[in-house]
Amino acid sequence: MTAHSSVETADAAPHPLRAFWHSFSASNGALAGLGVVCSIALLAVFADVVAPHSPYATDSQAFLRPPFWEEGGSLVYPLGTDAIGRDMLSRLLHGARLSLLIGVVVVAISLAAGVLLGLVCGFLRGAVETVVMRVMDILLTLPSLLLAIVIVAILGPGMMNAILAVTVVVLPHYVRITRAAVIAELSKDYVVASRVNGAGTLRLMFSAVLPNCAAPLIVQASLGISTAILDAAALGFLGLGAQAPLPEWGTMLADSREFVMRAWWVVTLPGLMILATVMAFNLLGDGLRDALDPKLKRQ
Amino acid sequence: MLRFLVGRAVLLVPTFVGLTLLTFVLVRLIPGDPIETMAGERGIDPARHAELLHQYGFDKPLLVQYGIYIGRVLHGDLGLSIVTQKPVLHEFMALFPATVELSVAAVIFAVVLGLTAGIIAAVWRNSIFDHGVMTLSLTGYSMPIFWWGLLLILLFANVVNWAPVSGQVAIQYYVEPVTGFLMIDSLLANDTAAFRSTLAHLVLPMIVLGTQPLAIIARMTRSAMLEVLGEDYIRTARAKGMSPLRVVGLHALRNALIPVVTVIGLQIGVLFTGAMLTETIFSWPGVGKWLVEAIGRRDYPVLQGGVLILGSIVMAVNLAVDLTYGLVNPRIRHAR
Amino acid sequence: MRIHWLIGAAALLLTTASGHAKTLVFCSETNPENFGPMLATTSTSDTAAARQIYNKLFEFETGTTTLLPALAESYELSADGRVYTLKLRKGVKFQTTRNFRPTRAFNADDVLFTFERQWKKDHPYYPVNGGNYSHFNALNLGNALESVEKVDDHTVRITIKEALSPFLTNLGMNFLSIHSAEYAAQLLKAGTPEKIDQEPVGTGPYMLVNYQRDVAVRYRANPDYWRPQPKISDLIFAITPDASVRLAKLKANDCQVIALPNPADIDAIRKDPALKVESQEGLSIGYVSFNTEKKPFDDRRVRQALNMAIDKKAVLDAVYLGAGKIATNPIPSIVWSYNTEVKDYPYDPARAKALLAEAGYPNGFETDIWALPVSRPYNPNGRRMAELFQSYWGAVGVKAKIVSYELAEYLRRGRAGEHQTYELGWGGDTGDPDNFLYEVLGCAAVKTGRNNARWCNAGYESLVVKARQTSDKAERTELYKQAQAVFKEEAPWITLAHPIIFVPMRKEVQNYKIDPLGAYVFDGVDMN
Repeated sequence: MTAHSSVETADAAPHPLRAFWHSFSASNGALAGLGVVCSIALLAVFADVVAPHSPYATDSQAFLRPPFWEEGGSLVYPLGTDAIGRDMLSRLLHGARLSLLIGVVVVAISLAAGVLLGLVCGFLRGAVETVVMRVMDILLTLPSLLLAIVIVAILGPGMMNAILAVTVVVLPHYVRITRAAVIAELSKDYVVASRVNGAGTLRLMFSAVLPNCAAPLIVQASLGISTAILDAAALGFLGLGAQAPLPEWGTMLADSREFVMRAWWVVTLPGLMILATVMAFNLLGDGLRDALDPKLKRQ
Repeated sequence: MLRFLVGRAVLLVPTFVGLTLLTFVLVRLIPGDPIETMAGERGIDPARHAELLHQYGFDKPLLVQYGIYIGRVLHGDLGLSIVTQKPVLHEFMALFPATVELSVAAVIFAVVLGLTAGIIAAVWRNSIFDHGVMTLSLTGYSMPIFWWGLLLILLFANVVNWAPVSGQVAIQYYVEPVTGFLMIDSLLANDTAAFRSTLAHLVLPMIVLGTQPLAIIARMTRSAMLEVLGEDYIRTARAKGMSPLRVVGLHALRNALIPVVTVIGLQIGVLFTGAMLTETIFSWPGVGKWLVEAIGRRDYPVLQGGVLILGSIVMAVNLAVDLTYGLVNPRIRHAR
Repeated sequence: MRIHWLIGAAALLLTTASGHAKTLVFCSETNPENFGPMLATTSTSDTAAARQIYNKLFEFETGTTTLLPALAESYELSADGRVYTLKLRKGVKFQTTRNFRPTRAFNADDVLFTFERQWKKDHPYYPVNGGNYSHFNALNLGNALESVEKVDDHTVRITIKEALSPFLTNLGMNFLSIHSAEYAAQLLKAGTPEKIDQEPVGTGPYMLVNYQRDVAVRYRANPDYWRPQPKISDLIFAITPDASVRLAKLKANDCQVIALPNPADIDAIRKDPALKVESQEGLSIGYVSFNTEKKPFDDRRVRQALNMAIDKKAVLDAVYLGAGKIATNPIPSIVWSYNTEVKDYPYDPARAKALLAEAGYPNGFETDIWALPVSRPYNPNGRRMAELFQSYWGAVGVKAKIVSYELAEYLRRGRAGEHQTYELGWGGDTGDPDNFLYEVLGCAAVKTGRNNARWCNAGYESLVVKARQTSDKAERTELYKQAQAVFKEEAPWITLAHPIIFVPMRKEVQNYKIDPLGAYVFDGVDMN
């Protein structure tokens, strides 16, 4: 991963990876976050094996069964069933897959596009920069959910379109970070020196400057996964995200809102999963920031 | 000084034009046209459909439509809602006070609790309290607020036995709108019962909307305080024997507040986003719910106008924050 | 101190003395679009305007679909069935509101205005407020009408181009609520014609006091009402979108009648000693149609097989949450001519499989199921229904992909026939079988796209066309019964449910009658 190589060049410490791990593992929160993220990822990958039922199988004899510890519940459906008799546990596990996918894809696309735009702005400056940064300003001006809703309204509801919408919403952050880092980096002596030595712009971009602004990007990316999951779930809640019968957590929540007063589990459990996952990624992101960026550590 | 002010304000013009262009184009790209939506399940005959398209100007070239649009916007005319046939601006103004009331309450809630928690956490760093505040703050920051709202309704209904609240005030109270702000109006009308009802309806939505800003403010306050507490002059004051309370209250807090105030100002976009979800859950009669509904009904003018006004408000608030910050802090004014 | 107390007591006495002011709060489900019955497309809007503020020439007796004279006292029909001569009621006054004081009683001009605004393109009011008269157009009245003439102040003659037996029931529909021509002229003069649908003036039992979006609609009894004075003097619609909140408010006596309860709560409401529930089968149907122009649904056996693959009882429980009656015929049993002899397809996956094999699909096939994107009484949760169908059809080897669009797009594509199977429903307007059997299932409706099964069966068509040209009710009944039998045999739809309308209320509320058309009516309601 570029993450590790960047740490090597940036810190130039004897054992950069170990130094990073040392600093990262010093924080209990970061470790807990990593642990939760890993276990959710494992569950997501092995959902087919772990889940007791298919997430789509309905049972017309068992609508809205409560979890096993409540009266009327059974271990056949450990966490109960939803309004058309599908196993909650299985749906939650398969939902983890979707949420992680959404988070990772959004971050991957916005990171790639954001870095590219940021590099272009930082290197070319002038009119291109002005236009791109103005557009980013406009995107930042709109309340994020409203912008996402408008985009989904254009493209039509659905998971892929929700991913695209959230990507557009978070894009400006990556562009800004990259651009700022590039401008700061370009004024440094080693860049000036390599320029004098005739290094091409492209080489400068990708081999000299980019690795040096990787740290803030990595931090933003890990925090960005949690934002992406949260925003996509909010879209799902408004009926604009992943569509039924996909077991996306936000969609599951929206679908069962009407049962809030009599079947707490159909509403509570998907939300709890969102909260746990988002929290884990936030902890992980905080830990990464502390470990990668000593300047920020004080905060 | 004047150059700084004007400079910042001029920067807004292209952003504003861009905003109008964006709202206009985005909204035109939405599939399904509003005439069809109005007709509903029964459908509409094609001749009449064409007639109405023409009447609303939806058949003109996009550029012409945009020109007409921008001309009207500059005159404060945001068009008529397709569903209700009332001016968009008029509808917005009628609903906006409710959103402001909710947002202001949420901000007060977040600031009061957030500052207190942040200061205490910083002063007793690494204590149980500090860890507690940080954990809660992380939870609040990670909270899907649409779920949080439902959870609170559920908890209050089952544990405290409160009826689920909806709306802004119990229906038996009718307060003649004077300012549009229900709280102020009910006080003006000297209707304490209505005022109390308004307060009771405000509590849960306020908590839900205030949670994220609260978490952010608590974190920011804590780190700003920690930074200030480590500065030399504070150490000097402490060494001189000034009481810890005075050190915190007099010196540290004042300096720690500047970044915190900035953050609060910049939270307005987050607040509007939160308001859309909170208002939807609690049936709060504000602009957030209005916009969510407009999207479902494909009410183009409402969507356009609403997004434009909210975007402009965010721009204006950001500018104001920027300016005050610049006025307070000369270093920023002279940079650039 | 004491003086204040005295004044307070006096005020209290005064309010109780001044004619038993009774207030009823109705917790409604959403905002009305407007207060113009001609433009309204939802029963919420009909409830807010047409059913409280306005009257029609004929009205359905509340709680039934029996047509009774209202602003028209009587009518005569010419021998060829084309000319209706209506005698209008005398001495009916329009409401006096903040902005309008009528100088004359209701007369033929008002009837003419009501028709012409929706009909004549050069009428000054035609384009006002969007001018989409969807009901008027949907019934194709513009072409069906030949003339509407004033004979004298209290006589109107309506001529239609061809004899049409269901025509009279149209006059009882909400979009023909009689508006005041005098008020319209006054507004036009003031340059504010748009107010006609915002500040309504009618002849009905209640007058609009004010409307706050998302909050409330407030009405006061019309002191000049031509029928006996309403018992409720102040009527308030508290707009409360959440069903559980509506119930909580009912229990707390914050409202006395509520709309659309969560069906799961009905039993609990019945047990509550302070509450009661009125119920009535609604005049609507939820169905899934097969696109009979596309393979394999052009084969009757496939349609029958997929009918048998569905456990309707489970659909009723999961989607309608029990608030419905399993539908066998396209018309609900409250509509005359309902054929009780028609037998529904049983839930029988084994026979379904056998039928599919017989039709040449032993291993099933792939298809799509279009899910209604919005909640409607005839289909409260289209998505959930589609998920259930997917699993039931999957059990007989038919793999269905769920497709959905935003409502407008969904309907447009549905009318164009892009689907293979399609969820929709129909809410009747008049209680005439023609309104279901011809308007939704006739061959003409294939062209307009409303017949989304795209089913045009010659035998069926001849029955329903003959029935609408016949004026003898017994003969019509027989024709419609035969049509229903053909429909079931051919199975262009899976008929799912006729929703049951539940209206929970406080025990104090008296004489509440449910409107099968889905609106809420408060004329005649009293409270103890």
